[in-house]
Amino acid sequence: MTVINSPGTPSPADATATPVRRTRRRTTRIPMTFYVMTVPALVLFFVFHTVPVIQGIYYSFTNSPGYGPSHLVGLRNYIGLFSDPRVLHAYWFTFLIAGVSTVAVNIISLAIAIGLNSRIKFKNTLRAVYFIPNVLAILVVGYIFNYLFSNSLPALGDQLGISFLTTSLLTKASTAWIGIVILAVWQSMAFNIIIYIAGLQTVPIELYEAAGLDGATAWQQFRSITFPMIAGFFTINMVLSLKSFLQIFDHIVALTGGGPGTDTESVSLLIYKGGFQGGEYGYQSANSVFFFIVIVTFSIIQLRVLQRREMSA
Amino acid sequence: MTATAVRDDAATTDRPVSPRRRRSDSVNWWLTALLVVLGLTILVPLYFAIVTSLKTPDQLGGTGFATPSHIRWHNFADAWRLTDFPLAALNSAVITVGAVVITLLTNSMVAYAIARNLSHKFFKGLYFYFVSALFVPFPIIMLPVAKETAILHLDNRLGLILLYVVYGLAFNIFIYTAYIHSIPRELEEAAAIDGASTWGVFWKVIFPLLAPMNATVGILTCLWAWNDFLLPLVILSDPGSATLPLVQYVFQSQFQTNYPVAFASYLMAMSPLLIVYVIAQRWVISGVTRGAVK
Repeated sequence: MTVINSPGTPSPADATATPVRRTRRRTTRIPMTFYVMTVPALVLFFVFHTVPVIQGIYYSFTNSPGYGPSHLVGLRNYIGLFSDPRVLHAYWFTFLIAGVSTVAVNIISLAIAIGLNSRIKFKNTLRAVYFIPNVLAILVVGYIFNYLFSNSLPALGDQLGISFLTTSLLTKASTAWIGIVILAVWQSMAFNIIIYIAGLQTVPIELYEAAGLDGATAWQQFRSITFPMIAGFFTINMVLSLKSFLQIFDHIVALTGGGPGTDTESVSLLIYKGGFQGGEYGYQSANSVFFFIVIVTFSIIQLRVLQRREMSA
Repeated sequence: MTATAVRDDAATTDRPVSPRRRRSDSVNWWLTALLVVLGLTILVPLYFAIVTSLKTPDQLGGTGFATPSHIRWHNFADAWRLTDFPLAALNSAVITVGAVVITLLTNSMVAYAIARNLSHKFFKGLYFYFVSALFVPFPIIMLPVAKETAILHLDNRLGLILLYVVYGLAFNIFIYTAYIHSIPRELEEAAAIDGASTWGVFWKVIFPLLAPMNATVGILTCLWAWNDFLLPLVILSDPGSATLPLVQYVFQSQFQTNYPVAFASYLMAMSPLLIVYVIAQRWVISGVTRGAVK
């Protein structure tokens, strides 16, 4: 565990050995082979990852439609973003989906993980079932959900006489987000449950026994033992879920395609549509750069807040 | 090494059991029932896809949960021909296998070179360079990448494999180096004294020891490459090289007129990985867990 926890820094054994090795290395040097092993990867990574990042930043200052000549336009794209209702709506919609899904998926996954980790029958079968969504393509599952939301659910609403179910969730932006969140939660629960189970198994049983002797209720045990002990896993899951939900794309393509109109577009979908189909290559590049800053900022803030909680908890 | 080994089986077996075991060995049946019912929500969409794929179009309607009154297997044959399933499955398989094999062989090697030289400035810089890419989500670079691959004539299956291998580096370097740190150097030194070259040490000593991490990286890469939609969507230009998810997208407008055929096609697209999962589920789950719990 400790070894695994410190990927960046050399392990303790390494640290003590460092001075010795450094002097040795000055005489023997690092074998060429290590460079041969890494330089091709470095070159490819630079060409296919770093170059696009730089190109994207460059294009964000141009009026390129994606082909032909283009001119530098300074900050005009960036200024335009903030007064473009389509862009602002996409950000609002993405934050809505990502925020609700992150909270929902973590609460539900943690609850189910606790259930799957207790004294139940068919434990392994149930775990295997709950993990199924993780091996399925979101897009394909999304098409199945699309049919459920637009045909089965309204039919069910008719039969049961529940009027708000009788029209498809997906036809209005005001309800379509619910469908998108349900699909998002259904799909990513699988992964989160597995992580929480791994976390729960690190909690020593003795703690519960002691708490049980003291007469603590189940909820008190959760509040003062389980949750603090798995706070690190909670942080991982919150950060990873938020980051992946902010990039939401497949779910929306499968359920609404961004419609009606542009009402359910996420930022990723907007970049895709505007950049590839709408002749807004330069403009959407600016949107990408801004989106990158947003995602990094969110991740850092979230990490800070959650880690502070971990400390105090 | 031991640390990970212990955690591995903790993740897959029931050994560290619930708090209640010692107090009473009784099964909590209420909780079991509740979890079974909730588990059905996972299976409902799959059940729904299966019954729908076996109906004739005139049996649709209502909630659609009824079993088919007359089974039409021919939907699968129709979907097979309409989407050219063998070609799409072959494309997905070639891309997935290519990405997995090349990722395992190259990413582990790069990680080894970095992990063993972290005290050296170049390799330390390389580590942070690769890992920092974890903060750059794909949608942010997709516009330039699509353009670049088109110019380089890599807007095909080969280009896609290359991108999976290169983009995988960020996360894989991260988990491989962590694992390599837990392998004692003495093994390599012994092999080196016996006259093995650095290459020899890596392939004969280190690579086999990386087996658990190779499994994790292999599983994660496989799930990613097989199920991915966005990368094939923006990279592939020739319809003949479309992957299974991309084909479902391309045929949406034709599927709208015949849902049973559409659902047959969805099932065929999902089944290969689903079957692999059913056979190897313990292995898959522990592999994924190992990758996420660092």
